[in-house]
Amino acid sequence: MQTIEVPINRTIDARGSFCPGPLMELIRAIREGQVGEVIAVWSTDSGSRVDIPAWIEKAGHRLVGVESRDGYDEIIVEKLR
Amino acid sequence: MLGGGVGGTLAANLLARKLRRRIDAGSVNVTLVDEGGEHVYQPGFMYIAMGGEKPESLRRSERSLLDKRIQLRIARATRIDPVSRCVEVADGEAIGYDWLIVATGARIVPEEIPHFAEEAHHFYGADAAQRLRAALDAFRGGKIVVAIAGMPYKCPPAPLEVTFLIDSELRDRKLRDRSEVHFCSPIARAFTIESVSEMATPILAHKSIALHTFFNVETIDPERKVIQSLEGEELPYDLLILVPPHRGAQVVIDSGLAPPSGWLPTDHHTLEVKGQERMYAIGDATDLPLSKAGSTAHFEAPIVVERIVAGVEGREPDAVAGNYTGKVMCFFEVGDGKGTLLQFDYEHPPKPPKPNRLWHLGKIVFNKTYWHTVPKGRV
Repeated sequence: MQTIEVPINRTIDARGSFCPGPLMELIRAIREGQVGEVIAVWSTDSGSRVDIPAWIEKAGHRLVGVESRDGYDEIIVEKLR
Repeated sequence: MLGGGVGGTLAANLLARKLRRRIDAGSVNVTLVDEGGEHVYQPGFMYIAMGGEKPESLRRSERSLLDKRIQLRIARATRIDPVSRCVEVADGEAIGYDWLIVATGARIVPEEIPHFAEEAHHFYGADAAQRLRAALDAFRGGKIVVAIAGMPYKCPPAPLEVTFLIDSELRDRKLRDRSEVHFCSPIARAFTIESVSEMATPILAHKSIALHTFFNVETIDPERKVIQSLEGEELPYDLLILVPPHRGAQVVIDSGLAPPSGWLPTDHHTLEVKGQERMYAIGDATDLPLSKAGSTAHFEAPIVVERIVAGVEGREPDAVAGNYTGKVMCFFEVGDGKGTLLQFDYEHPPKPPKPNRLWHLGKIVFNKTYWHTVPKGRV
């Protein structure tokens, strides 16, 4: 398993939540967060691998990485604005 | 029972029916606590704006819908104490319980979006729907924008339905050529459920309704008459219809049972409030990944009733009757007198049939006969 060397400021555990739950949790965190904050979302919903990076691009943030973990995906994003 | 909406009323009536001998013998009592004492058929609000429905026909006294064995307490619940198993109400009385069903619904919080009250219309209340109707009557052409200011919200198909119905109305009134209709979705597609989105997206295109995806409304600029999204886009409007942000009931937040969003952490299958004993949540009050809709409460109520009746009778709940599978069923209007049906559960997404007149009529008949069927447990 590859490890991303970025300090994560906040982790959202959205495992067990269905689409669009994980995305909506991330949107809430981005709203509340500071510019430069790095947020990780844990999701078991396969749609998140597509939907969350697409939203990050549209919203002008940075996708740091998408990692497969033990039974879930970790999607890491940096708030840019 | 806390709350006299679809879930609370149906659950109370089913409990009264199944436990009637014990209630008559005085060993069990069923109490429903409701703040206003009035049962409101919320799916009808949309038809105040779009279909000539009258607010007075959407209201009945809660007492008139309840089995006579049920005690109705009209009071505002201020605190739930799961340790001493009691509910405190505004006059200070503490009502004890052995089992509690929290069916306190969802509330709208338009005040979380600055300028909402002056600039935006919605249909999540009878008065608001009447104001929207008046605004549509006065509309003579321009940009109509339908958007969503926060998820989850009640009746997920409703914003799309209203968009379709407005398009139909504008064509009937010969105003469509002078108008633009825009629909903004907070996610990557028109609707959360992929199969429904696949059905609705070509209809939007066919009706020349502009679809804006990933548009999470953040602010309204009343000077320039534009809405601004979290994603950094702007959209001008002449008539703005905005689904307000929603929250769960204040009492569950104040009691430390739910996070600030107000949605109660709820077991997907038993419907127990997580971390609590003898406490269930149904309807809009839960954090389940399902539609916030009367239909959800309608299918959840019998599950919780089976589990409580089993507890009263000292047996295990039935493995099928006491297990919620996520079943929801609702009608979906697509305009031009046509509708379709969405039926799904946790494991099976809906496969909506091709829209036709029958499903539209089905929705109208369901709305008209609601009072005699759902709250009384006849369907």
